[in-house]
Amino acid sequence: MSTWMMILAVVVAAAPVAWAMRAGLQSATGNAPKWRDMPLSVAYGYVIGAVILAWLAYTYYLSVTAERTPVDTYFFFRTAVHGFVLFAAAAWVFRLLGQYVGTAGTRKLFRNMPVTAAFGILVILIYAIVSIFAGLIAPYGQEEVLGSANVVPGGNPAMGGNPEFPLGTDQIGRDILSRLIYGAQNTVGIAFATTCLAFFIGGSLGFLAATLQGWLDQVISRTVDVLMAIPALIFALLLMTIATVWANEFGINRTYFMVVIIAVIDSTRVFRLARAVGLNIVVMDYIEAAKLRGEGLGYLIFKEILPNATAPLLAEFGLRFCFVFLTIASLSFLGVGIQPPLADWGTMVRDLSQFINFAAFAPQVASAPLLAAGAIALLTVAVNFVVDWMLHKSSGLKE
Amino acid sequence: MAQLMDNDLLLKVRGLKIEGRADETWNQIVNGVDLDLKKGEVLGLIGESGAGKSTVGLASMGFTRDGCRISGGSVEFDGIDLVNASANVKRQLLGKRIAYVAQSAAASFNPAHKLIDQHTEGPTQHGVMSKSESENDGIELYRKLRLPDPDSIGFRYPHQVSGGQLQRAMTAMAMACRPDLIIFDEPTTALDVTTQIEVLASIREIVEEYNTAAIYITHDLAVVAQMADKIKVLLKGDEVEEADTRTMLSAPKEDYTKSLWAVRSFERPQKPPVAVDATPVVRVHNVTAAYGTVPVLHDVSFDIHEGRTVAVVGESGSGKSTTARCITGLLPPKQGHIEFDGQPLPLDYRKRTKDQLRQAQMIYQMADTALNPRSKIGDIIGRPVEFYLGLKGAAKRKRVEELLDQIELEPSQYIDRLPSELSGGQKQRIGIARALAAEPKFIICDEVTSALDQLVAEGILRLLAKLQDDLKLSYMFITHDLATVKAIADEVVVMKDGKVVEQGLKNDMFQPPHHPYTDLLLSSVPEMDPDWLDNLLAERGVDNIGDAAVDKMG
Repeated sequence: MSTWMMILAVVVAAAPVAWAMRAGLQSATGNAPKWRDMPLSVAYGYVIGAVILAWLAYTYYLSVTAERTPVDTYFFFRTAVHGFVLFAAAAWVFRLLGQYVGTAGTRKLFRNMPVTAAFGILVILIYAIVSIFAGLIAPYGQEEVLGSANVVPGGNPAMGGNPEFPLGTDQIGRDILSRLIYGAQNTVGIAFATTCLAFFIGGSLGFLAATLQGWLDQVISRTVDVLMAIPALIFALLLMTIATVWANEFGINRTYFMVVIIAVIDSTRVFRLARAVGLNIVVMDYIEAAKLRGEGLGYLIFKEILPNATAPLLAEFGLRFCFVFLTIASLSFLGVGIQPPLADWGTMVRDLSQFINFAAFAPQVASAPLLAAGAIALLTVAVNFVVDWMLHKSSGLKE
Repeated sequence: MAQLMDNDLLLKVRGLKIEGRADETWNQIVNGVDLDLKKGEVLGLIGESGAGKSTVGLASMGFTRDGCRISGGSVEFDGIDLVNASANVKRQLLGKRIAYVAQSAAASFNPAHKLIDQHTEGPTQHGVMSKSESENDGIELYRKLRLPDPDSIGFRYPHQVSGGQLQRAMTAMAMACRPDLIIFDEPTTALDVTTQIEVLASIREIVEEYNTAAIYITHDLAVVAQMADKIKVLLKGDEVEEADTRTMLSAPKEDYTKSLWAVRSFERPQKPPVAVDATPVVRVHNVTAAYGTVPVLHDVSFDIHEGRTVAVVGESGSGKSTTARCITGLLPPKQGHIEFDGQPLPLDYRKRTKDQLRQAQMIYQMADTALNPRSKIGDIIGRPVEFYLGLKGAAKRKRVEELLDQIELEPSQYIDRLPSELSGGQKQRIGIARALAAEPKFIICDEVTSALDQLVAEGILRLLAKLQDDLKLSYMFITHDLATVKAIADEVVVMKDGKVVEQGLKNDMFQPPHHPYTDLLLSSVPEMDPDWLDNLLAERGVDNIGDAAVDKMG
């Protein structure tokens, strides 16, 4: 109860503090426009922000100085702060590097880039490298059973870890680090392929509907409406169940079915966007000029429409990639996605999920399932940062 | 002209410098402009686009657009320093003592609220009037501005009234707090001539009545001559000269001003009438067309002969562009047909042969939307060369360079640029080159100069005239600007409500007797005479100009 009282007290007390701060800065800076024209609400926001920062700093101080035995209460908080600072610094350095290395074009791009976008690009680059060279980077194989099961992450023997397995081992003794690295290859690679397929299907049908219109547009659009009316995850589960039967019957790997099913379901969203963007472009005079010239459908779509639709489509690609990726992870978590023994982040979270119960008294043990979940979260956040930045750029350029 | 009741200086701008941010650097866009405005005085600001007219206009309200900043000089409104004023002080002034009327009222009104609700917002926010007082006042203003049905028009949404009415409603809104200063930013540029005249008359009347000072920004000299007490000419952020309206019109000092004045003197001689039995290049034969079930064209017929220009004039909605769509085959007519060199063309463009498509080309009004923003100039012009003539590689490039030469752009400099790297006039020239690339006999020019500044537009018209003489082209020239018609046409077709009301040779059309509608169109074109509007109003009365007169014709 006292916590709530304290929050309330801070919220109330911040108002007069904000007013005083603004007044003080106004007189100190001789009425500089920034402070003179600042609304009280903005000043209030600054004060609250400062209070939260101070609280975070204080908690971090506690987390560094507090006793770590028997229970390391602040383990997650400390790790989060370290991670945040590390990534922020890395992103900042990466952006600085980009400003001085590369062609004139990329240097200019990096100069106008927010740190969040630099962070996103950095993380995506790391993921790409890791997944491409997984076989070289991973210390062990993804299916290799290495004897001791359930080694605690951290590599500290006193805590039940083992320096040979810095991120520990899973319930049957496979190295989690190696599986995370191979998981990047499997999950990210399959998600990327699925997204590409979804864009190929949705994009081409969308542009076709926008260009030809008429009954074709009606047929495709209504079909898409029907597909979209069914909840995506349930629909995917249902189709995967059917596919499992076919997979056994025809001897085709279930993963291929999964790729096609998710691609088709996600292509409905891509179709909507491609059609809307396409409709905005086909009314332009240069399309009319091309039509009157007698150009064919292929030229219209690939040379006139597509180049002008790349910005929104690329942004959607990033976002769609996240959704596909999460869908695959969810399907794997539910047991119908990527099949063992292949490493997959969704499966890894499920396999180790019971360790989460240890969070209160042995946080390091509980971090085992969170590693894979964190890998998913990190990539999703990174892609979203990049997409945000691209959307901002493309909308800014339109003016 | 406004009465100068009071010699107090209302607005005093000294050495105003404004910078705009582009490509990571600040570039100066206004280099020190001085400006004085007394109470009740109207100042006309003219210049081509990019001259900084709007930027100066906004800065005199203490406002700059995003990406701009005032880097030097002072703006004083009634003794208040607007450059350094706090947001609070400005908030007290803007809307209440300084108001702004934007170019496009349609884009500036909030489509989700009724006109009167937007009207009353200013007075109630500033505590000038209560909501009901302001509503009554608004209705009074609508009446003064001669809006039809003033008691109820305010209760409509912006999309329910016409463009000219919306522009007047916006003027009423600016007047709502009885400001001391109004900035008019090209308020009539987007309107038809017949609508424009009505808006001009009502703006002038109301500004005079309330003794409001105004800055009137426009690129149309004839308009500014009617509205302003004094005129200031701007060029690329510099002041060229300033003088009172009559002096400025009769005796401009600077060469640039003289060249602006001379634009309207371009006129091609009338070509002799064609032989009676000559086969026209294009014959529009009793065409009736409709969008869905809504009829648009009724029995339209006219001929276009080789090497001649036929100007099709009329207000927006009169069916000019629809006729062009019928000729190109985008809108197959319900009845009638189009003949090309005596041969009937298939009605739908998809059924025409490549050669038939090649013979008729089109140049669009908005060069921005007519050129693919992601294609290089060389590809835009090169495509028809490749598509129709089958030229590839070096031969294609050579032809593109020839075409760029023809439209007076240096090939090596422009061939690899994107459309966004060109000015408006240059883009329009690229549009012309693309049409020429097909080597057609006939070109439809759809309002090609109406989005351009007058000097640039004159250049385009001269280019089109030269090309016609060199290549024996036939033009169908769609326009609502009669000055353009005078400059370039051989024959004129006047359209109203989808019907041809009058057609004939240019010289005959500009001589009385006229069809009443032609007469109205002709009389609505502002002239460079500052007394023109007064004389016209005296001659015809307020109810016989503009849309009111069109409505009377029925």
